[in-house]
Amino acid sequence: MSDLNLLYTDVEDSLRDSVRSLLEDRCPAERVIATYDGDTSLGPELWRALAADLGLAGLLVPEALGGQGASAREAAVVLEELGRFAAPAPFLTSAVIATTVARRAEESELVSALASGTTTAALAVPFSAGPATFGSDVLRFDDGLRGNVSSVAGALEADVLLVPVPTETGFEVHKVDRDQVTMEPVVSLDMTRQLADIDLTGAASTLLIDATDGAAAVRDALELGAALLASEQLGVAEWCLESTVAYLKERRQFGRIVGGFQAIKHRLADLWVEVESARAAARYAAATAAEGDPDRQVATALAQAYCSGAAVHSAEECVQLHGGIGMTWEHPAHLYLKRAKADQLAFGTAEGHRATLAGLVDLPV
Amino acid sequence: MTDDEVVADLRRRVDDLLIRHDPATTDRLDFMRARFDAGLAWVHYPEGLGGLGLPRAMQSVVDEPLAKASAPDNDPRRIGIGLGMAAPTILMFGTEEQKKRFLRPLWTGEEVWCQLFSEPGAGSDLAALSTRAVRDGDSWVVNGQKVWTSVAHKARWAILVARSDPEQPKHAGLTYFVCDMTDPGVEVRPLRQITGEAEFNEVFLTDVRIPDENRLGNVGDGWRVAMGTLMNERVAIGGGAAPRESGMIGVVADTWRKHPEVRTPAAHDRLLSLWVEAEVARLTGTRLRQKLASGEPGPEGSAMKLMFARLAQQLSSLELELLGEDGLRYSDWTMVRPEIVEFTGRDAGYRYLRAKGNSIEGGTSEVLRNIIAERVLGLPPEHRDDKDVPWKDLPR
Repeated sequence: MSDLNLLYTDVEDSLRDSVRSLLEDRCPAERVIATYDGDTSLGPELWRALAADLGLAGLLVPEALGGQGASAREAAVVLEELGRFAAPAPFLTSAVIATTVARRAEESELVSALASGTTTAALAVPFSAGPATFGSDVLRFDDGLRGNVSSVAGALEADVLLVPVPTETGFEVHKVDRDQVTMEPVVSLDMTRQLADIDLTGAASTLLIDATDGAAAVRDALELGAALLASEQLGVAEWCLESTVAYLKERRQFGRIVGGFQAIKHRLADLWVEVESARAAARYAAATAAEGDPDRQVATALAQAYCSGAAVHSAEECVQLHGGIGMTWEHPAHLYLKRAKADQLAFGTAEGHRATLAGLVDLPV
Repeated sequence: MTDDEVVADLRRRVDDLLIRHDPATTDRLDFMRARFDAGLAWVHYPEGLGGLGLPRAMQSVVDEPLAKASAPDNDPRRIGIGLGMAAPTILMFGTEEQKKRFLRPLWTGEEVWCQLFSEPGAGSDLAALSTRAVRDGDSWVVNGQKVWTSVAHKARWAILVARSDPEQPKHAGLTYFVCDMTDPGVEVRPLRQITGEAEFNEVFLTDVRIPDENRLGNVGDGWRVAMGTLMNERVAIGGGAAPRESGMIGVVADTWRKHPEVRTPAAHDRLLSLWVEAEVARLTGTRLRQKLASGEPGPEGSAMKLMFARLAQQLSSLELELLGEDGLRYSDWTMVRPEIVEFTGRDAGYRYLRAKGNSIEGGTSEVLRNIIAERVLGLPPEHRDDKDVPWKDLPR
């Protein structure tokens, strides 16, 4: 199970370079900060560039359907970079999770539209729902769906919603066009991934996946989302560590470079170890997902149990070790703290993932 | 040769060794010597010195068929200091004569090695050591006290760092030697530790004579040679490739599985948190090894040792708590001198106490954090007011 390559391949490195240079160009921190003040123009611009110019919308879609035919390993590298910039882009929600559901449904028209970036989709479950815990109160009637789904990530950007609908035997997944629902933007802890509350009353829908496979389809998509979120968390943690180290090599107090005080050095050394550990966990989750390795559920729960906390810790250290400037609206540290904390609650908590692990590795309570 | 050809050639050599020296009928030591002479001892060493100048990763091509043929091995746990520290240092800094003289009996286990580095007054600040080596004709006369020397009472040879020039600043005045442990001036006393046993020794050196031909590296170059040795130690302590749940986490997980009566929800979440950290540390080690395909130790090895020490301490602590009443008992306080030390051996109380040493031996966790901060992150070095002062003028 450890023979998988946990390093980055040349292909992955070159993908990273193109994503990073695009984000350096198009995703400056001040515009990300502006999303908190109501200027949300960055998101759509950025997604057009990422989805169309770099073709990232179709990264996980086979070439025959107009995608790039890449694996979870490459998607993980994209997420590392999106995390490094706290970029507001629906890559995880549309290009990873919704696309995985659409591919399971074998809806080639929808998959091709998603791959080209002309259509964006979101799975209508709360962002906090994990593969082991998701549910839905949405019901299907003759005149359409009825019910609400709260705190959905990627919905505001979506043209199409994929809605799990419980039946007596499981879950169906329905496709609902955006104009069929009422969507209320949520003032979110992390405005770089703003959530929405959705009212589906009366929404016309088409059945995408029937009850025999719907629950598994949603679970697998959320599991892939959780596995790859670890790489976004790694990117967040990495940016926080690097920017803090860089700042503390410049900042002087008491006539000394602050990064030379041993209390600071030791905290940063521990943080570096934590970030490198998060990298190993995130890479393992991506590699097992890419290979369909039998250990992938363990890898996903492990990566979420570890990386979610590592990102939060790194962001908290970033704020603290920047001192006063880290507490300001102007400095980007808060973008990462908010992203890290929201990500920690996404797809289930660390405690929930540890409980999942307990079952998988035979450590019962 | 292609990799496949190298593998095929190695297999032929192993077959040839097994045919000429059937392990079933060959004396153990004769077999070890023959294996060394066939270049199959450590294939990454040069030809003529037990190796074939191949990549380190090729060793498994030799080890696996030999194990299958029930060939004897050199009991590597018994000669860890020699294999892990003395040998790479001799290879890197020794003369051709020294390599020829020392490496073969070191590898076969005929001659056990120990390490004379730390002193009562020089632990983390090893370069401040005060054991003196004074030149006297063709030899050196050594006086001083060393400590934390495992297997000193079994050892034929020691690697030794001593001060050859007190007029120089502390790092510059050191010289590295191979010390004959049978010299009448060497006295070894067991050093009892908090576990009750004496895994280590104190070594008193009184007018020990070392011929100059047993010097490793140049006079005054001892610090550089010692650093080469210590980086190898950290890699060794940080651990090699290991399956899931090996080491301390495996012991505690077993206890958990075997004793349903010890399980509580609070302990469960602690155990799972540590399980996650242990598994992530294992993957980090795997990743590090993939990165260091060349096998060269770097400062990243410090990270592995840091994690290993913290986990061993937290896990062994949890284990005692899980055991409740049984955790109050200890196997045996009798002073013994164990030849092989297993951090996961003996009982839970021993493991808890022994793990306290993990963050001290081979570089304290505090020093390791400095190394990471300075060499990996590029943060400013610690103030070292003693760095350029002649050693003899330092306050002590």
